[in-house]
Amino acid sequence: MTEFREDFREILRLVRPGARVLDVGCGEGTLLDLLQREKGVDGRGIEISSDGVAACLAKGLAVMQGDADRDLAEFPPHAFDYAILSQTLQAVREPKKVLSDLLRLADRAIVSLPNFGYWRMRWSLLTRGRMPETKALPDPWWATANIHLCTLRDFTALCSDLGLRIEAAAALEHGRPARPIDPDHWVENWRAESALFLLSRKGGQVAERRADGDLFG
Amino acid sequence: MDTLDAMHRVETGGGTARLPMPLMLESGARLDGVEVAYKTYGRLNEDRSNAVLITHALTGDQHVASPHPQSGKPGWWARMVGPGRPLDPQRHFIICSNVIGGCMGSTGPSSNDPKTGKAYGLAFPVITIADMVKAQAMLVESLGVETLFAVVGGSMGGMQVLQWAADYPERMFSAVCIASAARHSAQNIAFHEVGRQAIMADPDWCGGDYLKLGVRPEKGLAVARMAAHITYLSEPALQRKFGRELQKDGLSWGFDADFQVESYLRHQGSAFVDRFDANAYLYITRAMDYFDLAASHDGVLSKAFMRARAVRFCVLSFTSDWLYPTTESRAITRALNAAGAPTSFVEIESDKGHDAFLLDEPVMEEALKGFLAAAASARGLN
Repeated sequence: MTEFREDFREILRLVRPGARVLDVGCGEGTLLDLLQREKGVDGRGIEISSDGVAACLAKGLAVMQGDADRDLAEFPPHAFDYAILSQTLQAVREPKKVLSDLLRLADRAIVSLPNFGYWRMRWSLLTRGRMPETKALPDPWWATANIHLCTLRDFTALCSDLGLRIEAAAALEHGRPARPIDPDHWVENWRAESALFLLSRKGGQVAERRADGDLFG
Repeated sequence: MDTLDAMHRVETGGGTARLPMPLMLESGARLDGVEVAYKTYGRLNEDRSNAVLITHALTGDQHVASPHPQSGKPGWWARMVGPGRPLDPQRHFIICSNVIGGCMGSTGPSSNDPKTGKAYGLAFPVITIADMVKAQAMLVESLGVETLFAVVGGSMGGMQVLQWAADYPERMFSAVCIASAARHSAQNIAFHEVGRQAIMADPDWCGGDYLKLGVRPEKGLAVARMAAHITYLSEPALQRKFGRELQKDGLSWGFDADFQVESYLRHQGSAFVDRFDANAYLYITRAMDYFDLAASHDGVLSKAFMRARAVRFCVLSFTSDWLYPTTESRAITRALNAAGAPTSFVEIESDKGHDAFLLDEPVMEEALKGFLAAAASARGLN
């Protein structure tokens, strides 16, 4: 078993070979590097820390220093096939705007985020009466970068507000393969520790690519 | 000394090329018999695919990695160019030429005007960054290079890189623009004007005719350099280097160089006049002031890069550079993204000010190594 995260594995499976991909919050470029090597994508990244960008450049990736809140506007519409936002939406200042931007500059967005409705969260809050600290969200409330936490149900409601179609969703759990889910089912809002969504704009001119077999089976 | 010896070994060529055609300048003027002084390092490979053009800054020259003929100091970018460096003569064929309007062998205001047989002085036409780039393009062609693997430059060199991308995108594979801007700001123009006024206020400038009269406006040029030099450094760097330290014990109660920073600036000024021509300083600063890449593209910078979508860009800035601050590099990056060119951008943490691009900056070095290595493999080099 290689070291990379469950959502990376799933994203790798989702992305069509040779696609144009923007990874927002790409860190040191691990995912982009994988996507380029294994899927031959034309990849770009945005990363907030200069050390992260420098590490990406050293790997030969095309990455810009910037942040999701401010710098997505500079890309023209439909510049990419996929925009990826991996475990970052909860850390941006304006999640609604960022989500909307992602689906302006790309035909599809792949978004993963921790589920605050996960049963361990609820249990921890119920029994300890304090903000939960878990493997996925390890920092105390006053130090966390995660300022916009939400539940699966919150997220699907936002998607519906923005007129986004959820083409596919999967639950992610540490050390286990991704599990396709119906994100509107109440039980998943308890059961999923973290979830990954494939989104597109309702009524957008996105070609149907399900037949390619690169989406959830 | 070992590095210097190695440098002499890797320096493979150079000289002065006479351009085959007159240069039609942006101003509408025409410059005949243009000569371009250049140096090369490394060898052009069989595919002619490994050529790199380095474009120099305001007071730079073609001696990028070999000792300066007058001062004997190592090349101005020996950190970047050399064996094991990001630009390596063992892998790249590196070309660096003196800009036209300069004073290190390329045609400029101190060259002889063929019409009079005497130095041009102010009869030399005003040149622009685009004119410099046009002359470079002709030089590169004459060296048998159809497509450059990379065009790399900092400061005014970065402006030339951007101009290359606007004018000759099909002749370049990648571009590196460091600590630069797509136009000169009011502040940039203001500082340059101070420098020019200092030169022109020197009685020895003689309306630009000093060479004919056998004098040189050394005081004016030195003051211009002193003022400019402050803009190349950050306030913390100056403070750290000099603070309020005195040259001798106690104050002189006069106007000698009491403070170390004064003595340092005076030294910078006087060392500069030994290697630079005052009129060249006027012409080159003017070219920079006139630079506004968006202006010639309907005021929209991204339009300048519309033909450069296939060029891979790397844009770098430094946190403490207040001469060409990060906002300028961000504007470039934004325009490149809007044009759809693959662009990397990083703002490097440094307290060394604008001059950081010439100094020891490991992050810059690593970023450039990574960028160039990826470009090389995409180009099929190595």
